[in-house]
Amino acid sequence: MAENLVNALADLKEEAAIKIVKDRLNANEDPLKILGDARKGMEIVGNRFADSEYFIPDLVYSGEILKVVSELVKPRLTKGAESKKLGKIVFGTVAGDIHDIGKDIVVFMLDVNGFEVIDLGVDVPVQKFVDKIKETGAPVVGLSGFLALAFDSMKETIEAIKAAGLRDKVKVMIGGGQMSEEIKKYTGADAYGKDAMAGVTLAKKWAGAK
Amino acid sequence: MEKKREDMSSDEKQEALFQRWISPKDPEGNNLKFQNPQAEKLYKERATRIKDAIQLKKKPDRVPVFLIPSFAPAFYSGLTPHDVMYDFDKIIPAWKKFYLDFQPDAHGGAFVPSPGKFLEILDFNLYKWPGHGVSNKTTYQCLEGEYMRADEYDTLIHNPLYFFSFTWPSRVFGALESFQMLTPLAGLTEMYGVSLPFIPYGTPPVQTALKALMEAGDEALKWIQVVGGFEAEMPTLGFPAYQAGATKAPFDVIGDTLRGTRGIMLDMYRQPDKLLQAMEALTPIYIQLGVGAAKMAGNPLIFIPLHKGADGFLSDAQFKKFYWPSLRKVLMGLIEEGVVPLLWAEGGYNSRLEVIRDLPKGKTAWLFDQTDMAKAKKALDGIACVMGNMPMDLMTVGSTQDAIDHTKRLIDICGKGGGYIMANGAFFDEVRWENLRAIVDTAKEYGVYKK
Repeated sequence: MAENLVNALADLKEEAAIKIVKDRLNANEDPLKILGDARKGMEIVGNRFADSEYFIPDLVYSGEILKVVSELVKPRLTKGAESKKLGKIVFGTVAGDIHDIGKDIVVFMLDVNGFEVIDLGVDVPVQKFVDKIKETGAPVVGLSGFLALAFDSMKETIEAIKAAGLRDKVKVMIGGGQMSEEIKKYTGADAYGKDAMAGVTLAKKWAGAK
Repeated sequence: MEKKREDMSSDEKQEALFQRWISPKDPEGNNLKFQNPQAEKLYKERATRIKDAIQLKKKPDRVPVFLIPSFAPAFYSGLTPHDVMYDFDKIIPAWKKFYLDFQPDAHGGAFVPSPGKFLEILDFNLYKWPGHGVSNKTTYQCLEGEYMRADEYDTLIHNPLYFFSFTWPSRVFGALESFQMLTPLAGLTEMYGVSLPFIPYGTPPVQTALKALMEAGDEALKWIQVVGGFEAEMPTLGFPAYQAGATKAPFDVIGDTLRGTRGIMLDMYRQPDKLLQAMEALTPIYIQLGVGAAKMAGNPLIFIPLHKGADGFLSDAQFKKFYWPSLRKVLMGLIEEGVVPLLWAEGGYNSRLEVIRDLPKGKTAWLFDQTDMAKAKKALDGIACVMGNMPMDLMTVGSTQDAIDHTKRLIDICGKGGGYIMANGAFFDEVRWENLRAIVDTAKEYGVYKK
């Protein structure tokens, strides 16, 4: 039965997944175990995305199924969900830019790969990044941007991190829209990630190094 | 004796539209008066060069070069997007200066600065714009949302114009919220009941909305007098327009501003047939949008920005099922009427090249942003003109020598045998102006075809 929920989620079978969850809840199963299976299913989704078997619509749909599943399970939860293992990442779309599609995909992929992502949203002021890094002690920062104006916002954000004395405590990755290796140099970031999987690879490398 | 339009083949219709474009008329129907003989010569050379690059029948004299700006002309004149959206008098001098200084082969109109006060009057929710959610120095940006609910496909399918006339405006314009009370006037077309659909117009919320509409109309009119004037003047200075108007891919219409990215992607799973039917219903509207603009302007070029079919957004199977068929129908509908769709493939289109080859020869032009141009040229060789690919990072932070080298490289890769227009890959705001100049100048020197 456990196998079934994992597969139903991985294969994006919404109705089957919901039915399995309801049945298991009716059988008084530990809700944390159900959520654990759902998470395993999402990991498979993430792997399939990494292998170019799944694309953005599939990620979006899996997220939606997970939301429905979580809502079914939530009333039975007595304690908090399991903690993440791989470390914290402060993530956001930089000041002046309100695009979120690309950011949300990377956040999703980091999340299913076991990171705790502090998603600051879009049009994030420079100071907010600095404050969150201080507050959380996150060793990794992700700066997203779609427009060319983000080149300067990223540069300013990284300069502010430096001015706050945090630059040697964090690794910074950039990505999105018109970003490139050239822009990485311009902004002073540590790396440019071409797509969501590149972001995950970088985060894993950096989390391991810490 | 000229052949009547309805008797023409699509080839002939295209040629006729191109000829109207190459030999433009003034509003009275007389031959356009150019500001000087040099401007006339430049205009005709440029328009012919672009036509040759697109039709693939003969090699142009050289590679044409376009600059396709967002707010760049404002920045170039030291103005902000806010300045030109709120003070229309600032638009023309800035936009004119931009084209006159850089001398690309065509101009793109001055429609980028949408009228700010108009947006304020109607309380436009769909975008943030300078001073309204983003800074004065920042371009406007779309706020995606579900402006059409998942259960509203039937309305859209059966009565798209109703949806666009009442439902959609009531959601994207705060000042028109009361439009949800309105109904089409086609009801009982008899004396009996003739006043019924007018009842909502007597209510205070609708009357407030109507007042806002009148004010907004004033602003829109003021604005078009300015940007329309630009459109009329630029040819007299030697610049043909690279777009008569724009239309969209049905998938993007639904995915961008009706259901949103998330919404349309869920619909692909939960109600794929409704989504397909809705795109089918929108297809004739978006053909007509392009055909109407091209005929009115006497210019075959219709711009089509492509968004959600890019690499990574959809799988191959999803692209072939959901994105391409309705887009192809729009393209074929335009082509049938002699219109030349100029498609802007934003992002990467590497995985789509084999699919988009399925088009008649010399009828479309494809502006690529980040696609591998060698692959694009190979795939579309003998089928369509390829354009673009000058990267944003190079224009913004690269050295001038890099810009020159890359321009030459692109001409080497794509220019062979004609069928290439040098252009930027993505719309730009503030860049290194000397790089822009280098791109245009290099294309003009290095892009000359030997006889």
